[in-house]
Amino acid sequence: MNIVEVRNVSKSYRRESLKIPVLENIDLNVPEGEFLALMGPSGSGKTTLLNLIAGIDRPDTGSIKVANDEVTQLSESQLAEWRSNHIGFIFQFYNLIPVLTAYENVELPLLLTKLSRQKREENVKIALNVVGLSDRLEHYPKQLSGGQQQRVAIARAIVTDPTLIVADEPTGDLDKTSATEILTLLERLNQEFKKSIIMVTHDQRAAEKAHTVRNLDKGELV
Amino acid sequence: MKVLKLIFKNAMRHKLRTILTMLGLAVALLAFGLIRTVISSWYAGVEASAQNRLVVRSAVSLIQPLPLAYREQLKKVPGVKAVGSANWVGAYHGDPNNFFANFAVDEIYLEMYPELVVPPEQKEVYLRERNACIVGKKLADRFGWKLDQTVTLTGTIYYGEWEFVIRGIYTGGQPSTDETQFLMHWEYLNEKVREASPGQADNVGWYMLLIDNQTNPAAVSDAVDAMFKNSFAETKTETEGAFQQSFVSMSGAILAAMEAISFVVVFIVLLVLANTMAMTARERMAEYAVLKTLGFRPFHIISLIGGESLLIAMGGFVLGLSLMIYVCNGFATFLTSNLGNFFPVFELKNLTVFLAFLSALLVGLFAALFPAWRAVRMRIADGLHRVG
Repeated sequence: MNIVEVRNVSKSYRRESLKIPVLENIDLNVPEGEFLALMGPSGSGKTTLLNLIAGIDRPDTGSIKVANDEVTQLSESQLAEWRSNHIGFIFQFYNLIPVLTAYENVELPLLLTKLSRQKREENVKIALNVVGLSDRLEHYPKQLSGGQQQRVAIARAIVTDPTLIVADEPTGDLDKTSATEILTLLERLNQEFKKSIIMVTHDQRAAEKAHTVRNLDKGELV
Repeated sequence: MKVLKLIFKNAMRHKLRTILTMLGLAVALLAFGLIRTVISSWYAGVEASAQNRLVVRSAVSLIQPLPLAYREQLKKVPGVKAVGSANWVGAYHGDPNNFFANFAVDEIYLEMYPELVVPPEQKEVYLRERNACIVGKKLADRFGWKLDQTVTLTGTIYYGEWEFVIRGIYTGGQPSTDETQFLMHWEYLNEKVREASPGQADNVGWYMLLIDNQTNPAAVSDAVDAMFKNSFAETKTETEGAFQQSFVSMSGAILAAMEAISFVVVFIVLLVLANTMAMTARERMAEYAVLKTLGFRPFHIISLIGGESLLIAMGGFVLGLSLMIYVCNGFATFLTSNLGNFFPVFELKNLTVFLAFLSALLVGLFAALFPAWRAVRMRIADGLHRVG
């Protein structure tokens, strides 16, 4: 069963009167439990494709199904709810809220659920335990290394037990050791916790951890 | 609860900026409060006036006296319960700059003005003695006068040195009551005037009419003025409020300008806070994009930005209110001692506090409008600054 089905998707941006095509007639299937790496040079459209699959941008044409939901048909409000239920996000620059502790950052997505405070606490501690940061609950992002911040971001991505994890250059801002730790962690999430992952990366070593690698070039999958 | 915590933490991210913005707001609200308090103290006489008291004065000018003989005729006007009279004496104590309101009044005056609260035993002695006087507490405090003390006034209308014994010190029955007046017996003044200048005697400055609560003041005013129409001393009758308003309206343009300035001050501070909030929101666009990515809705983003703006505005209000109370008390003491005749009542009104609160609230809301609109309209992908 496919967790993601992308059919004939095109996307372009407008810069003043100029129309800049980014993706053209993309078709992509991602089976459930897959760890897919999307590679390609800068400007090839890989982040755009990831954003479209994750429901934070809309295609010009085509259809995108994630976990049997037609993402392109959802309203903004429905999309927001859908994202909070189905997608876990990992960004290159971690994007943690600097005034919140590691615990509070991981708890953020759970504030949108109806879980009790006790249940939220339980889930946050499990997520932080999975990424190996049980002893850093009360630390603020600036008190953590880059690798640790990315692990907090991963904990935030998995705390809601999402259908799909999308990671945009998750090792792009990390040193070699930290990058290896993060990739090992993603691999573990995929293998041990059966999470489907789509990862955008420039890094060949990162791509090697994935089951499948797809290349994008000039807006087309090759 | 978590949102409130995040709002508070966000506001404290740039402590210096937040504190300076709050201080700016506080100073602006202090200026707003002070200006409004000056305006309201200017109107204190109007506010303190009673609806059931009318003033009858010369139609020509307030300085033109009215005949004493009018008193009996006024008593016969339907709806009139009592008639009192007063003269402006225009005397000073010691230095001509020591100006204060001093009136020669008849015996019924204190009954017509129950808001001038005089202890009964003092009132009894005052009514018994010809050269007795009653002074307001603030006036007594200003000159350090005590009960039974003899004080000398120098006349400017009724020339000469006038000696009075203070037999009563009144306090205000209401916060807006003027406590800076000096009241003496009209009979005593009239006697002295008759001796020195007989032609000026047996006149009063104006009459006060106490009317039934059910009686229409306009009807009584018309009846009185019609009664003396085409006489040698025509009258102009109006409510006490209108009478006081005629003094205030002489400064109407200045007061209107001050009122406008008070709102300009609020507008300026709106721009200051709006600038702070715009900077704040611009710095956090990526964070708002992350929150939206995680599923936070527009109203969450609006709550965060609006809440922070309101928190700063309310912090400024609390600080401003504290300053307002402190400064107004200081001003009240200073003005009573130095300018008591212009500002007999200098009091921070509840309405002023409410308007300051409302201003802070509106400033907080309006300052958040544009940044919140931008954050809500922003595309997540743009906010994340990453388009591959």
